[in-house]
Amino acid sequence: MIAEELKRGVVGENPIFALALGLCPALAITTSVTNALGMGVAVIFVLTGSNIIISSVRKWIPDKVRIPCYITIIATFVTVVDLWMKAHAPVLNRQLGIFVPLIVVNCIILARAESYASQNNVRKSAIDGIAIGAGFALSLVAIAAVREVLGNNRLFGLTVIPGFRPMLVFAVAPGGFFTVAALLAIINYLRLKKERSRQ
Amino acid sequence: MNFAVLIQISIGAILINNFVLARMLGLCPFLGVSKKLSGAFGMGMAVTFVMGIASAFTWTIDTFILVPCDLSYLQTVIFILVIASLVQLVEMVLQKFSPALYESLGIYLPLITTNCAVLAVALINSRENPFTGKEFTFVEAFVNGVASGVGFTVALALMAGIREKLELAPVWKPLEGLPLAFISAGLVALAFLGFLGLSFSSATGG
Repeated sequence: MIAEELKRGVVGENPIFALALGLCPALAITTSVTNALGMGVAVIFVLTGSNIIISSVRKWIPDKVRIPCYITIIATFVTVVDLWMKAHAPVLNRQLGIFVPLIVVNCIILARAESYASQNNVRKSAIDGIAIGAGFALSLVAIAAVREVLGNNRLFGLTVIPGFRPMLVFAVAPGGFFTVAALLAIINYLRLKKERSRQ
Repeated sequence: MNFAVLIQISIGAILINNFVLARMLGLCPFLGVSKKLSGAFGMGMAVTFVMGIASAFTWTIDTFILVPCDLSYLQTVIFILVIASLVQLVEMVLQKFSPALYESLGIYLPLITTNCAVLAVALINSRENPFTGKEFTFVEAFVNGVASGVGFTVALALMAGIREKLELAPVWKPLEGLPLAFISAGLVALAFLGFLGLSFSSATGG
């Protein structure tokens, strides 16, 4: 069951490539794989935590004020992550900058709260949080790997292709757009090919 | 009061550090509402409006309540709640006093709560001003909010213009839709990199 859910989160309902949610961090902090991993883990934590809390209090939240309630719960978890990171990973915190507090307005988290955690039990919501979070984290790492290799010719601080002159454009904003466009196009191409072979 | 600093902040927020194209904030509405030029202007106006008001409110709360009471760790929670309630308030006030404006901005307002650009400008205003090296003053924070909103509008309008033209273009199937939008955004962002030449960072501010 967990493997199935994970597959759904990573492939079928991948937050970035299938649903196009949570794009800001996906483009802004994917300049290095380390940043992407840090952001991914932070989002997994916030998403799982908020899903658990929201699904356990879902019967007491009045329908009309549910969005502010969800946002408060999410913001609390984000503050936890922010403070923890400031204390234990100050370098990462400085690299991610304002994108750590901005996890609050990451559309995926509110979308899962609204469409999943508010209708399902605690166990299912927790698994959903981990699965969707893992999909998000993996997508970030994929984007960051492409950008870091092409933009800096480095991965985890090691040179990848000796003698290759890195293309700086991939390390700045436009490169982020181009990388996501290319990855999306590849995914679309594979999907169309699969559909055609099925007919 | 220093006008040079205000001009630096405005040019910085609109062109050099454009919220969408350089800082990559507010991408969801940027890709979602940029299919029609008229819609893009409506959304841009609504965002500028809310960002201006939100910067004024969050700056005041931060400076006079959170910092003196040593509650800065509550920033994220307080800011997002203030923004969410402000959006509601703006919506109600507009509906009551300016139905015409409400007609044109109304449908975009609820979307703004989860626009990360609004929270981002509030957070940036609570940090150090890169042009003066000191805290933002009230006027600087407000100008930063409005200018960032204008920057967002500029990016959104440019993008909408491009996407209207591309709508009928024959495109390779896998690139249709979102990938093409990303490529156009990337090209516009590439052009905006040129504005780095306007940067004031090396010059001494006024």
